[in-house]
Amino acid sequence: MASDDKHLEITLETQVESVNLAEEMCLRVAEAAGFGEDDCYRIGMSVREGVINAFHYGNQERPEKKIHLALDITPEKLIIHVLDEGTGFVLADVPDPLAEENLLSTSGRGIFLMRAFMDEFDVVKGRNGGAEIVMSKKLPAPDGNSENGKGGK
Amino acid sequence: MALQATHRDAGPVTVVDLSGRITLGDGSALLRKTIRGLLADERKKILLNLADVDYIDSSGIGELVSGFTAVKNQGGDLKLLQLTKKVRDLLQITKLYTVFDIYSDENSALGSFH
Repeated sequence: MASDDKHLEITLETQVESVNLAEEMCLRVAEAAGFGEDDCYRIGMSVREGVINAFHYGNQERPEKKIHLALDITPEKLIIHVLDEGTGFVLADVPDPLAEENLLSTSGRGIFLMRAFMDEFDVVKGRNGGAEIVMSKKLPAPDGNSENGKGGK
Repeated sequence: MALQATHRDAGPVTVVDLSGRITLGDGSALLRKTIRGLLADERKKILLNLADVDYIDSSGIGELVSGFTAVKNQGGDLKLLQLTKKVRDLLQITKLYTVFDIYSDENSALGSFH
């Protein structure tokens, strides 16, 4: 990690309240990093979906398991890691929620939303065997004319 | 803001006015309880007014779909009214905009129920 990078991490309980907590924390970081309103919404939603995924699918809503959230701000981008204590999953195995047969499914849209709202998205095997979501968004340009909507509504 | 739901009858149609966030936890649970309660009361023509709903996550989307399916399965109809930009965008990228019957005007929405 370069000297001007910033790193923040928090361990969350496997409970519904952690979803709001993670979203609020990341929104503050994103605002402080200079992201506009539109991008803050997308980042907040993506963190929310990442933690919901860890809470529900990864940790199976088991309270003895933890959710590990980490944020890195480099000169180029905000990187978000969400790590669960489950058994992991293969991204390619996740059903496409836009497929005709899945349109009326009541779940399975979280990964899709994170992919849609962030610039980079991947799922890797975590250090403890769980799934680690890694996603990032480019920081807005200092002149406020970034393609990422700095100052957007 | 926590989700709030009130409902009113407009002839055979029940309009549910929602405000706040439909998200994992209380928001999704309240929407589910409201729709299931109306179905139990034989109110099967339901118009969800989302004018004051500015945020929905994947859990909330799932609950909208669940409600839509439950009402349809009982021979009723569930339609949406006055989407905010964020909610409309969300339904568009998830392709649900074509699944739900969506209106911007309440009178037009009420007139569309048979």
